[in-house]
Amino acid sequence: MPQERIGVYVCHCGSNIAGTVDVEELTAWAGEALRHRGVVVARDYKFMCSSLGQDLIAKDIKEDALTRVVVAACSPHLHEATFRKACADAGMNPYLCELVSIREQVSWVHTDKAAATAKAKAVISGGVERVIHHAPLEPMSVPINPATLVVGGGIAGIQAAMEIADSGFHVYLVEREPSIGGHMAQFDKTFPTLDCAACILTPKMVSIGSHPHITLLTYSEVEQVDGYVGNFNVTVRKKASYVNSDLCTGCSVCEEKCPKSVIDPVFEAGLGYRKAIYRSFPQAVPKFPVIDADNCIYFDTGKCKACEIHCEAGAIDFEQEDQILELNVGNIILATGYDLFDARRETQYGYGRLANVFTSLEFERLTNAAGPTNGNIVLRDGETTPKSVGIIHCVGSRDRKFNNYCSVICCMQSLKFAHLVKERTGAEVFNFYIDMRTAYKEYDEFYQRVLSEGVHFIRGRVAEVTDVSNTPEEEDKLVIQIEDTRIGRQRRIPVDMVILSAALEPRHDSDEVAHQFGISCSVNGWFIEKHPKLDPVATMTEGIYIAGCAQGPKDIPSTVTQGAAAAARVLGRIQQKEMALEPIRAEVTEALCSGCRICNNLCPYTAIVFDEAKEVSVINAALCQGCGTCVAACPSNAISGTQFSNEQVMAQLHGLLMLNIMEPVVS
Amino acid sequence: MNNEQFEPVIIGFTCNWCSYRAADLAGTARVKYPPNVRLIRLMCSGRIDPTFVLQAFAGGADGVLITGCHPGECHYLEQNLKALRRTMLLQRTVAQFGIEPERVRLVWASAAEGVYLANAITEMVEEIRALGPLNWPQVAALNGKSHVLTPAIASVVVSEELVEAAI
Amino acid sequence: MNENGKPKFGMYWASSCGGCEISVLNIGEHILTVDEVFDVVFWPVATDFKYEDVRGYPDGYIDLCLFNGAIRNSENEEMAHLLRQKSKVLVAFGSCAYEGCIPALANFTSREAIFQTVYLDSPSVDNPGRVIPQPVTAVPEGQLHIPEFYNTVKSLDQVVDVDYTIPGCPPEPHQIWAVLQVVVAALTQGAELPPKGSIIGAKETAVCDECLHPKSEKKIFRFYRPYEKVPEPGVCLLEQGIVCMGPATRGGCGALCPQVGMGCRGCYGPLGGVADQGARMLSAVASVIGVGEPEMDERMLEREFETVMDTLVDPAGTFYRFSMAHSLLKRAKIKD
Repeated sequence: MPQERIGVYVCHCGSNIAGTVDVEELTAWAGEALRHRGVVVARDYKFMCSSLGQDLIAKDIKEDALTRVVVAACSPHLHEATFRKACADAGMNPYLCELVSIREQVSWVHTDKAAATAKAKAVISGGVERVIHHAPLEPMSVPINPATLVVGGGIAGIQAAMEIADSGFHVYLVEREPSIGGHMAQFDKTFPTLDCAACILTPKMVSIGSHPHITLLTYSEVEQVDGYVGNFNVTVRKKASYVNSDLCTGCSVCEEKCPKSVIDPVFEAGLGYRKAIYRSFPQAVPKFPVIDADNCIYFDTGKCKACEIHCEAGAIDFEQEDQILELNVGNIILATGYDLFDARRETQYGYGRLANVFTSLEFERLTNAAGPTNGNIVLRDGETTPKSVGIIHCVGSRDRKFNNYCSVICCMQSLKFAHLVKERTGAEVFNFYIDMRTAYKEYDEFYQRVLSEGVHFIRGRVAEVTDVSNTPEEEDKLVIQIEDTRIGRQRRIPVDMVILSAALEPRHDSDEVAHQFGISCSVNGWFIEKHPKLDPVATMTEGIYIAGCAQGPKDIPSTVTQGAAAAARVLGRIQQKEMALEPIRAEVTEALCSGCRICNNLCPYTAIVFDEAKEVSVINAALCQGCGTCVAACPSNAISGTQFSNEQVMAQLHGLLMLNIMEPVVS
Repeated sequence: MNNEQFEPVIIGFTCNWCSYRAADLAGTARVKYPPNVRLIRLMCSGRIDPTFVLQAFAGGADGVLITGCHPGECHYLEQNLKALRRTMLLQRTVAQFGIEPERVRLVWASAAEGVYLANAITEMVEEIRALGPLNWPQVAALNGKSHVLTPAIASVVVSEELVEAAI
Repeated sequence: MNENGKPKFGMYWASSCGGCEISVLNIGEHILTVDEVFDVVFWPVATDFKYEDVRGYPDGYIDLCLFNGAIRNSENEEMAHLLRQKSKVLVAFGSCAYEGCIPALANFTSREAIFQTVYLDSPSVDNPGRVIPQPVTAVPEGQLHIPEFYNTVKSLDQVVDVDYTIPGCPPEPHQIWAVLQVVVAALTQGAELPPKGSIIGAKETAVCDECLHPKSEKKIFRFYRPYEKVPEPGVCLLEQGIVCMGPATRGGCGALCPQVGMGCRGCYGPLGGVADQGARMLSAVASVIGVGEPEMDERMLEREFETVMDTLVDPAGTFYRFSMAHSLLKRAKIKD
């Protein structure tokens, strides 16, 4: 006789499930075929996760005295917490509720309704068998360390760090480059308001640098992350800058005196130079320069030391070594930004081959008053002002060869470029676009304004940028070959300068970073949020949040919004002071342990120790992360794993294979 | 019946952090794969117990898919390599039981590899389909049917059925 | 109970080697107590009773029946049913009755292959007529019947309901005596018997618990067969690469084998709650294969593992030496 009273709840998820799975049949089947296993009620509902759906379950728990609940709906990663809470609110231990996925694993991936319904039956059967073996559990509580790590010092990281620090909690802000500021610091104007980027960004940077609650770790990278929400141990490598920041005054004499100039591929986007000892830009925060040892004459030849000689503060320290810092934080925000699409890959546009083809980032530096040309829009020769400029949208975006996605910012950025070129040079400007996407507050107004300024807009995808002329007027020009889809004709537009609005791409090392922090990347390489709509800054890993372009291409307002949102989430966590953790842990039953010590070196967290006196192995619950490797390895069945016990997995297996239907299990 | 295609039953064990999420992602992306695989979520591929695999076979599964994080990417550092060790030794062992080692397949799939996982599942379904049914309950039941107690061995009466089965 | 008021004792030998019977006799002078307390009504090895006698007993006549041996043929099975019917308490005695033991290693092959070897291919066989035993043979006088040889060896509990199990190949005499004392106390003084289904005459912990070799953390770099290595005294055999089933095997034997340098073979069967002793040991052993670094290229890593696993000859036979019939798979699939 079944001991448990089980309720089975099948969600239609609108037509998401019901479109492919016959939910009525499924529900009726569960009520009939699994009755002998203890199923006393089986219901289907449009949206089980809605409050009405949850009420349905709660009502049954109370009125039908249910002891177990199985919900067949979406992935447990989405709504497990929802249904557990609904059960808990109705007075049932939340761990006696099992959510089985018939959406991600059935209706969305299968097409044949009969086969999908049959599989859904097996999945529910597995869930029912499993839940019979569930035990009531209490979540483990861990204290939240109030300190936070923010990785990435672009505008997203700056915003997040500032919000948290202003609330009085400590922030470690780690930045790979010598200065914070990120891509925004490279820009001249920001759309659509044409605010000066530096004017709005640098005050924030300065506040970060001087904030009592912020430890700024520039020129640093995270090497290792251990622990879990509330209690992460982070190892940071602070690269040797060869400048003693305690002594350096930031006077920049060293930079002036350094005889070695290097092309700056980062801040100047390869368009300008910096010295071997350098600050990314004059307003850099922190103000201390770093020595680029790969390019420093002293490190190469053992001679020079011009910087040391001229440093009155005596701050140059060629003996400095990388520092390894250990940080303890409760939460982590990843705001690692984006890489610009390498426009060389779109070979027919000639970047890297044709001198006067520029990338968007190069153009930003070109228009920037603090840039290599002091803001003069000139050709690669550094002198000639272009008389005509072509701006190509969607370079590397919306292109099956490279990235299918829209990079979001390119339309507005291209409009901004068009406006700046027009304003500063009076040149003819042509924008080559596929679709004009100006969806945000005051964006379309800006488009209208640029339209009225006499910029040309040609719809189509540019086929080629070439310096081969067909006609006299094309001579010494770059010719843009395009099918103008509005007039249905091939056109050749000769221009002096071409600007490629290159795609935003995930950081080249985003996979490694994701792995390091235990989160996931999408197929495209962007960090995956917990929910694309409802939880856009959290991740599947508790305590790790994402903000800005690391999560996907976005403009500055959205980036700032996410930075603030991530900060708000972290602040919420900090205010909780402690948080509940899934009680998924392994445990040794001492009476069954023979002390064989098979398990002793299986735990990467050294949670298993051998008690020499008792001659048994013991698991430290605080260190155990619940992977279950030792449970599977214990030859004596002396280690049990909560929520993933042998009995639970075997029972689920039994159910999935429908053995419970064929031959009722007598327990 | 004979004209119908053999539809294998495959039990898949997935790691909570990568392959289960890859399965979620395949769903979110509406990537299609055959409905022959039924998944069980474990916290880590290191949780895989050869007992589960053998139980799956004994219970009628035609194949078992074990999926974990790529080497070097294990959420629990290197427990996926424990799964690799066990799977390899298990494959050798089941081969001695007359079970094709290909019926136990270990696949690494990260949380981003929804398409890859779906392809791996499709591939495995095809491979198992080609191998044919395992039918273990029937294998283990050979001669395993419960014989009705026949009287008197001394008088040696053997049912016709038994005689037939023996010849 | 009959006229003399003593409880009735029976013991039967199905497919087994006879070691279990000897083990019962090895309880020494206590055997006299057995004789004193019990009335032996069936024990082919020791007393002259016929199957017919047993058939003549009323149901439940035998108070305690120790059944040793696996179910190899129809005679074994028939006797299992008969003794079940005639016994109050039926005990699966020893590894064969419990889990198939050595006879069940035959489940890695088929009846046909066994007959081929035994009756035709074996070098010592002289069988010019190539006669293979048949359950029914027609002779001028009529039909001759012999028991049917099954394709699959089964354990006792796979054919009849079993009350208790005493594991071991054979069960250790001190354990047998301990069990008998419990039964005697129950029968004579009304003491309580252990719950039905119990495994008795053994411990709840693994052989390692009784093994005196000190244990350390385990990392196996290669495996050794018993003849390949002289064990280092005072070191856990498994740590030396000598396969010892001790961690996966129920204790109670006193760890006799490992104490003399022979790895535990696993005869006391799996520990409580373990569905498959072989799979458990496989998992444990594979987990502690010590070669390979996580940073290694995957193919290189696999090669490293392969090299170690190559030294573990016959993993299935090693892990399932005693528990084959009771394992999850029960037998091997033989290709036609």
